[in-house]
Amino acid sequence: MSFAEFLGDLFNPDLAFLPKALAISVMAAVICGVVGCHVVLRGMAFIGDAVAHAVFPGVAIAFVVQGSLVLGGAVAGVATAVMVAVFSQNRRLKEDSVIGVFFVAAFALGIVVISRAPGYAGSLQQFLFGSITGIPDSDVVVVAVTGLVLLCVMAVFHRHLVAVSLDREMARSMGLGVFRLDLVLYVCVTLAVVVSLQTIGNILVLALLVTPAATARLLTDRLGVMMLLAPLLGGSSAFIGMYLSWSYDLPVGGTIVLVATAGFVVAWLVAPRHGVVARVLTR
Amino acid sequence: MSTLVIDHLDVDLGGRQVLRDIELRVDAGELVGLLGPNGAGKTTLLRAVLGLVTSRSGRVLIDGGSPRAARHRLGYVPQRHEFAWDFPTSVELAVMSGRTGLLGLWRRPRVADWVAVGDALERVQLTDLRARPVGELSGGQRQRVLVARALATAPGVLLLDEPYTGLDMPTQELLGQLFRELADEGRAVLMTTHDLLGARHDCSRLVLLAGTVVAQGTPEQLRDPAPWMATFGIGPQHPVLRILEVS
Repeated sequence: MSFAEFLGDLFNPDLAFLPKALAISVMAAVICGVVGCHVVLRGMAFIGDAVAHAVFPGVAIAFVVQGSLVLGGAVAGVATAVMVAVFSQNRRLKEDSVIGVFFVAAFALGIVVISRAPGYAGSLQQFLFGSITGIPDSDVVVVAVTGLVLLCVMAVFHRHLVAVSLDREMARSMGLGVFRLDLVLYVCVTLAVVVSLQTIGNILVLALLVTPAATARLLTDRLGVMMLLAPLLGGSSAFIGMYLSWSYDLPVGGTIVLVATAGFVVAWLVAPRHGVVARVLTR
Repeated sequence: MSTLVIDHLDVDLGGRQVLRDIELRVDAGELVGLLGPNGAGKTTLLRAVLGLVTSRSGRVLIDGGSPRAARHRLGYVPQRHEFAWDFPTSVELAVMSGRTGLLGLWRRPRVADWVAVGDALERVQLTDLRARPVGELSGGQRQRVLVARALATAPGVLLLDEPYTGLDMPTQELLGQLFRELADEGRAVLMTTHDLLGARHDCSRLVLLAGTVVAQGTPEQLRDPAPWMATFGIGPQHPVLRILEVS
């Protein structure tokens, strides 16, 4: 299918779900790109994975009681994130062990809950791998507003979050509330994951959080540039992925992730100064 | 002109007594070396001064007040591995991060903040490298970035945690000279180190620490080998005593 036909379908009133899915995917990718920069730079990709799994019981419960999936996921994700933040203040336990304990427990709870729901196999697949149909109009607004709030919060806390990432010990000695700042970041990661669940799905959302930010890191040594590049790369991947998925009838979440991954590999090869090609040429 | 006073300080960590009855004073213009084996409580003492660990009893005074009130007059240079050197940031932004606490959430860096950063960089002779990504710096340059970051709030008291570790001798010599100058300019400087010889050479006063202060004084006053042997758990024939010229 040509790009022009794709644009035509986007404005076709019979396919109203398509522009909605595209808007949500691109917005989610932009939000994840910004939040993902902190995730990648702190080496907390595992936390992103954990949060993605942790929202599952909330989504499952919301599905069983027919409540809002976004709200259910947000509550469960934030609750798990807070627990991880609280338990990892103990210097004896490394953060990754605490996360290992809680996110598997959360996912297990989700499975137990959803097994009680009648006819769950189809919905389970939707949660795990995403879907572009059946998105209510209200979700577009919810994602847009959540995204805007998230970006504002990230902007306000930016210098403090960076100070903690640079040197926790120094941040503490300056009197920054390191624990509260961790909490802010965890909650932001959770919300970024939840708004991405619809189209990308629970399993693949980690890629949206990590891949564009990791690609941006390969391309620059400046944080400001990185935080512009990552959402740009994520948003483009979502758009191109949606187009390819629609043209060739491919699963949307998987296609978006593969496009983002292709971008990562290209950056790894041709990045200025540190890319493989640049290194071979300067040898 | 600042002073750091540690008064009958006791610190427990995880139910174990780590520091007991620490009596220590660092005056403006002094470079004091805090020496002791691993586990002697050197870093814990610095963390207690910073208020990062709570003391069981005793107190810390900066210019007669609590460290919390004097937070910005207290400059801290942690061990080099505490800093995320792979972070995509430049030398000057890393130094500016030292002013994050002063800036608060809502204020952006203004001219005065950049002037303070520029002065700190000038002081450690990193002005030429101000735009360089921190990941591309050598060990000595990294140490100077951390010192500049501490100086960015113009502190009167400076705490240095093992600044020489992992550096070659010429770099150590340059840093030692810098620390002496920082003290001579009127700061009170307390430095932990495992480089006994360097400390003897650079420091105006030495403190031997092993859970408590075993001895303190000018290098000349610490000629008796006994406190050195007690602090480091070594015998009278240990070669380090000869190198330090205390046997």
